[in-house]
Amino acid sequence: MIKQERMKVVRHKQIADDIFELTLIGQLSLEMKQPGQFVHIRVSDSFEPLLRRPISICSIDPEHMEFTMLYRAGGRGTKLLSLKQPGDEVDILGPLGNGFPVEEANTGETALLVGGGIGVPPLYELSKQLNAKGVRTIHVLGFQSINNVFYEKQFSELGETYIVTADGSYGTKGFVTDLLAQLNPEFDVFYSCGPLPMLKALEQTYPDKKGFLSFEERMGCGLGACYACVCKTTDAVENDYLKVCSDGPVFPRGVVAL
Amino acid sequence: MNRLQVELPGLSLKNPIIPASGCFGFGQEYAKLYDLSKLGAIMIKATTLEIRKGNPTPRVAETSSGMLNAIGLQNPGLAHVMEYELPWLEQYDVPIIANVAGTDTTDYVAVAEKISTAPNVKALELNISCPNVKCGGIQFGTDPKTASELTAAVKAVSKVPVYVKLSPNVTNIVEIAKAVEAGGADGITMINTLIGMRLHPKTGKPIIANGTGGLSGPAVKPVAIRMVYDVSQQVNIPIIGMGGITNAEDVIDFLSAGASAVAVGTANFVDPFVCPNIIDELPQKLDELNCEKISDLVGRSHR
Repeated sequence: MIKQERMKVVRHKQIADDIFELTLIGQLSLEMKQPGQFVHIRVSDSFEPLLRRPISICSIDPEHMEFTMLYRAGGRGTKLLSLKQPGDEVDILGPLGNGFPVEEANTGETALLVGGGIGVPPLYELSKQLNAKGVRTIHVLGFQSINNVFYEKQFSELGETYIVTADGSYGTKGFVTDLLAQLNPEFDVFYSCGPLPMLKALEQTYPDKKGFLSFEERMGCGLGACYACVCKTTDAVENDYLKVCSDGPVFPRGVVAL
Repeated sequence: MNRLQVELPGLSLKNPIIPASGCFGFGQEYAKLYDLSKLGAIMIKATTLEIRKGNPTPRVAETSSGMLNAIGLQNPGLAHVMEYELPWLEQYDVPIIANVAGTDTTDYVAVAEKISTAPNVKALELNISCPNVKCGGIQFGTDPKTASELTAAVKAVSKVPVYVKLSPNVTNIVEIAKAVEAGGADGITMINTLIGMRLHPKTGKPIIANGTGGLSGPAVKPVAIRMVYDVSQQVNIPIIGMGGITNAEDVIDFLSAGASAVAVGTANFVDPFVCPNIIDELPQKLDELNCEKISDLVGRSHR
């Protein structure tokens, strides 16, 4: 169920260039079930900045009533968020949207998880849940440069993990698709979140595989009421537009026009 | 006695708080969060004769204490709204104000005639002020003669009272208000968004795909208050005021300026519970003002 709650900051630290890890505690954590869902955050109690910021859920810890998100402090709002200290309260609305379907991978199967930049975080909870049900996971994570890399250790503990950097300063040089071409992994289903060119390349590289892609778009309400964050669909889909916030952000491959 | 009760043509409101058109869809999203029967009324998303796909993205951009939007009247079309959205809303004890849009007079008349027959539609809001579509919308709202004629044409077929939604993007809003009153409007809703633009700091190009967008949010409130203040002294029909309302004090301001009820738009995106929260706050505000009933505040700025 969607709730609004002033959640308390438990931990907050920078883990890479401009990337922050924020852990919050509160009842709302107990509503979070599906990886790939997001929360809508009000970074200020004033109307400046006005709108909430959508940020994906990176991991859920119902036992401690906590959840963690990773975000890039790139704009005005997220920079304000990065100043929050343990004990501070943050207005959270969520969980929102439809996340990655864990049920689409069966026990004993292999799932390929491909993330790019700030698209990597939601794959972490996904990998945890897949591994918990006995699905083997392969992680291919792309970043700009060595200073942007995060969560390599966390993913490595769950499965094979490959890091790619665009400038070659760490791991394999190039894009995730370059590494996938070399690796040629065996898998049953792929899940991905990252920049549009990456999602497009994945759809083209694996035309016959079952896959699920997570999208982003500038959002208003986050609930599906304002029609701001629509994405254009392919001819295979009846609706011309779907809403990223409430129909997505995760869609099966072939639904969103890339 | 219900201190918050407001009586307007076609509308018996248990309180003066109405979610604004375009900011509340057809209610389904917010119904997951609270009981819609709590609201004074609901202004549903603009409905056109045919399905509208709306504009390309990005459709929104944040600005100082506000936002720009250019959704482009995306909606599922009249038939769908009649068959699904309005019947679904019947489970709530809340009057519906149907926002009607179109490309030409024939469109407006066809939508108004049909949608005004829905049992829960108690009033129409004639959208002659959408700044984000190429045809229809604002072109009807910037010329007094055109606005008056369209109002009369819609009035002739509507089974319920007609409110006309005015654009602030005009030289003299009083003139337009008087024109729609002369055309037979039962009330006025104001203001729609102000046309604006935000440029991308790196590319120098507009962020919104449509180029321009409509500015809303707390940033526009002083403009809206001034316009309600001016118009309410020059017409004899009631006004539903809107523009940047986020709390009960803002509501009091609009009533003081001359509005009889208010609509809350952008604030729903910031705080989805803003409407029920304001409704809960209002009685205390009335106490603080030593005011018995909320309708006593209407127009006190110029009395």
